[in-house]
Parts: sequence; C-alpha cells; structure tokens
Amino acid sequence: MSAGSGSRNTNTNTNTEPWGSFDDNLIQGSGSAVIDMENMDDTSGSSFEDMGEMHQRMKVAAEAAAAEDDNADDGEFLGMKGLKGQLGRQVADEVWQAGKRQASRAFNLYANIDILRPYFDVEPVQVRSRLVESMIPVRMINFPQKIAGELYGPLMLVFTLVAILLHGMKTSGTVIREGTLMGTAIGTCFGYWLGVSSFIYFLAYLVNAQITMLQMLSLLGYGLFGHCVVLLITYNIHFHFLFYFLWLLIGGLSTLRMVAALLSRTVGKTPRLLLCGTLSVLHLLFLLYLHFAYHRIVEGLLDSLEGPNMAPMQRVARDVPELTLNTTLRTLGVLVRPHTLGDGTGRLFKI
Amino acid sequence: MAAAESSRPFSGLSDVSISEDIPVEGDISVPIDSSRKDDDFSTLDEPVKETILRDLRAVGKKFIHVLYPKRSSALLRDWDLWGPLLLCVTLALLLQGGAADNDDQGGPQFAEVFVIIWFGSIIITLNSKLLGGTISFFQSLCVLGYCILPLTAAMAVCRIVLLSGSGKVSFAVRLVVVTASFGWSTFASTAFLTGSQPPNRKALVVYPVFLFYFVIGWMILTFSPPQ
Repeated sequence: MSAGSGSRNTNTNTNTEPWGSFDDNLIQGSGSAVIDMENMDDTSGSSFEDMGEMHQRMKVAAEAAAAEDDNADDGEFLGMKGLKGQLGRQVADEVWQAGKRQASRAFNLYANIDILRPYFDVEPVQVRSRLVESMIPVRMINFPQKIAGELYGPLMLVFTLVAILLHGMKTSGTVIREGTLMGTAIGTCFGYWLGVSSFIYFLAYLVNAQITMLQMLSLLGYGLFGHCVVLLITYNIHFHFLFYFLWLLIGGLSTLRMVAALLSRTVGKTPRLLLCGTLSVLHLLFLLYLHFAYHRIVEGLLDSLEGPNMAPMQRVARDVPELTLNTTLRTLGVLVRPHTLGDGTGRLFKI
Repeated sequence: MAAAESSRPFSGLSDVSISEDIPVEGDISVPIDSSRKDDDFSTLDEPVKETILRDLRAVGKKFIHVLYPKRSSALLRDWDLWGPLLLCVTLALLLQGGAADNDDQGGPQFAEVFVIIWFGSIIITLNSKLLGGTISFFQSLCVLGYCILPLTAAMAVCRIVLLSGSGKVSFAVRLVVVTASFGWSTFASTAFLTGSQPPNRKALVVYPVFLFYFVIGWMILTFSPPQ
C-alpha cells in the first residue's frame, strides 16, 4: 500500500492544474470513497449534478486504486503500478474535461462579444473626423500613415450601403430570380467589403506591405463612405453627367486616400503599382457596377436593346441547321446524281 | 471495502455529506404559509381567458408606454416578446397584400419584412452591447420591437388612404404620416435605450436605430396596393 501511494506521489508533479490535489486525494482514499470537504473549494461550482458526477468519478478512481492494491502484494515493478494510477487519473480527467467543455460553450457567446469590444471603442467625434478624412488624400508616402483599426464606422457604412442599395433596387424595379433583394444587397456589400479586404490583404502579404487585416477592413470600410454618398445622390437624381462627375470626384478622392495610405506602407515600385492598381480598379469599378446594375434608366435602355437583339439571334439559331442541311444535301445530291434518276434535291433521299 | 461499497449504491453520497470531523447541525424550517402564497401566484386554476387577458393587458400597457415615452423603465423591467411579434406580424401582413397578387418582387414580402425587423433588431442590440451598453439582449429586442408600433399604425393609415386613390394628395398625406411615425419611433426607442448607454456614445447607438426605422418607414411609404 505504501509503495502504491509512493508511486502516485511521483505522479503528482506532472499535474499542473490548480485543483490537482483534489484528484490525488481521491485516489489516495485507498479503496473507500471519502472526500475531504476541506479540499472542495467553491470555485468548482459543485451542484448536485456535480456530486453525482463526482460519485461516478470516485467509483472509477476507487476501483482503479483497489485493483492496484490487490496487485501490490504480487511484488510487481513500481512502474507498472504507476501506469495504472495514471489510467485512473486519465479517466477522471476526461470526465472533468467533458464537463468543463460543456460549461464553457455556454459562455462562448458573451466571450466573443468581449473579444470584439475593443474594435468598437470610439467616440462620435472620432467617427465624424474619420469619415471626413476618408475623402482627403494625404500626400505623405515616405512615412507610414496611421490607420485606425476600428470596425464601428465600417460596419455602419456597410449597413448604410445595404439600405441605399435596397432603395436603388426598389426604384429601378430590379427583379432577382432566385433570392430576395435584401439578401442580394447584403451579400453584395458584405461580400465586397470582406472579399476585397482579404484579397488586398493577401496581396499585401505577398508584396510585404506593412498592414494588418484589421487596418485593411477599416481602410476599405471607410472608403465605402464615398460610395454611399455618390449612390444616394445618383439613385435619386438621374443625370449621367452628374454621376460621372461624382464618380470621378468623390469616388476618386476616397480611392486616392486609400491608395496614399497603402503607398506609404509599401516599399518598391512594382509592389506599389500592383497593390494600388488592384485596389483602385476594384474600388472604382464596384461603384460603377452598383450604379448601373440598379439604375432605372439603364434598366429601360437594356430592355430596349434586348428587344431587337433577340429576334435576329433566334432567327439565326433556327435557320442554321436548315441551311447546313440544304447544303449538305445539295452536295450529296451532286455526288449521287449520276446514280439516281432524281433531280438531286433532298426529297429523293427521304423517300 | 470496494465490494462493500458496491453493495450499497448510495453510500458514496452519504459519505459526501457527512464527514466525521465536521458536525452536521442546523435548522430545517418548513414554510407553513406556503398554501396561502400558492393561491396568489398559481395560474393553474384560473380560466384560460383570464391568463390571456392578463398577458394582453400587459402588452397593451407597454403600447401606451411607447405612445407616451416618458423615460419609464416598465418596458425594460418586465420585457416580453409577444408585443413585438404581434406588431411584426401585423406590419408584414399589411405590407404583404401588394406583392401577393402582382407576383413581382417589387413589393416587400412577408418573410422579407419579418427578417428585416428581427435581423435589424439583433444587429442594433449587438452594436449597443459592443459599444458598452448595460442593457440585456432581450430587453433591447423588446424595446425595439415595441417601438415599431407608430410605424404599424402609419401603415394602417396608409392602407386606408390608398383606398381612396393614389394621387399626389394621397402621397403627401402618406409622407407626412410616415415621417411623423418614423420620428416618433426613433424618439421613443432612444428615450428607452440611451439610459443604459455611456453618455458620450449616444449618437453612435442612435444611428443604427435611425437607419433601421428609416428602412421600415421607407418600405411603408413606397408600398403600393395591387392594381
């Protein structure tokens, strides 16, 4: 018995958990299941279910200990007994771990909120100044520009863009075959924001630019402010000239601001060209797409263009096989003519 | 010892509660007046009608709180989601009529309205939690849901106005009604919600609420009945 407990004591060093002594006492009970109440601290959260679980665990541990005690008289090697003690401990540990996992899953929702909270730590004044700054390109590319890692502004801008897009879709009478307008608007905006941010971050990683994913999300998110302004104006005032003017002015300014920030954080000509070229092309084309995809006038234009276009296409599609059939038949007829009495048209062959 | 224990299955539990070192002592008190208490709080014996009426009365009281938003905490203290569900379904049904017959996607559909209202409320709630608000999740959902009441009322008015025809006058009437109810909704919900927010961030919490009610209000304004 003493040898058995001795071997167990050697194992206690491997246990790094704060409640490790609890398990040791369990196993040291030498077959009977006695729990020392002093070692049961309140932090383990012992309810009645825990008691049942503990009872179960005690039994397992007690059985392991009892089996060990029976073998102690055989004069076996100490290491063997240590192994069995470990088995009991492992089972007890596993049961404990399962319970802990279950409990921690319940807290996960609030834990995640706490993880995100630092990114939403802003003041209204800061958000306002960042919105204004998103339109002002800074000509300082020798020293890395400061990019605030914050998600409140970008998230709200994306939701605003969703609302504006919904408005544009409704007024243009867009019909989406599979899916709802709402889903399409949310998918488009979030897809652009998250997708392009990750893509540019990936490119930045390739060319070794000094930017984090959070900064990229924030930069592109604030860049959408220009889009919101342009789309809000041009969905309601239908002048193509006005749109192109605003597209170049506001969209260009917000793009320039992002490009300048990226330029200051990249080294080398080719990386700069690659990164900034990709970003500006994507950003400006997205604005163009959003405007023209859900615009009333262009919708009508497309309809009127489709009208005359469809008819010839259908006629060609219908005529082509007939034409080829005739020509093949004619050539066949020419070939076959010496052997037939007919005039070489297809009718003879059909009979 | 182990064999003896296995023969008595609950001996382990008795060992847990009684230790040799620590004497077990204390009082066991049996509440005598429990039967009287039960009479007050038991809802098992009362007719179903009373139960439903009591709940409806509670919902109605909260409606009045929304209509007179005077910083009362009744909406926050005992929250429920029956009122929001009722309002949401009513609004979705009222908006549904336009799209059902037309079979075009221009009009809002039941599921769309439903999703916008609940998804939007959840986003606003999460946002206020992220900004450091001390309000609980369902309290916020309750407040946002109850504050749709003015907009639902505006929708009912719009349908009545649209019965008389859809000219410029009717559009002007609808615009006024929807704008007023939109302002009312936003004002009422901020009166309830901003108390639990850090004072320097009220504007950040109010913006998504504003956007949420604006989208709903705009949906109501652009609603057109089936031709």
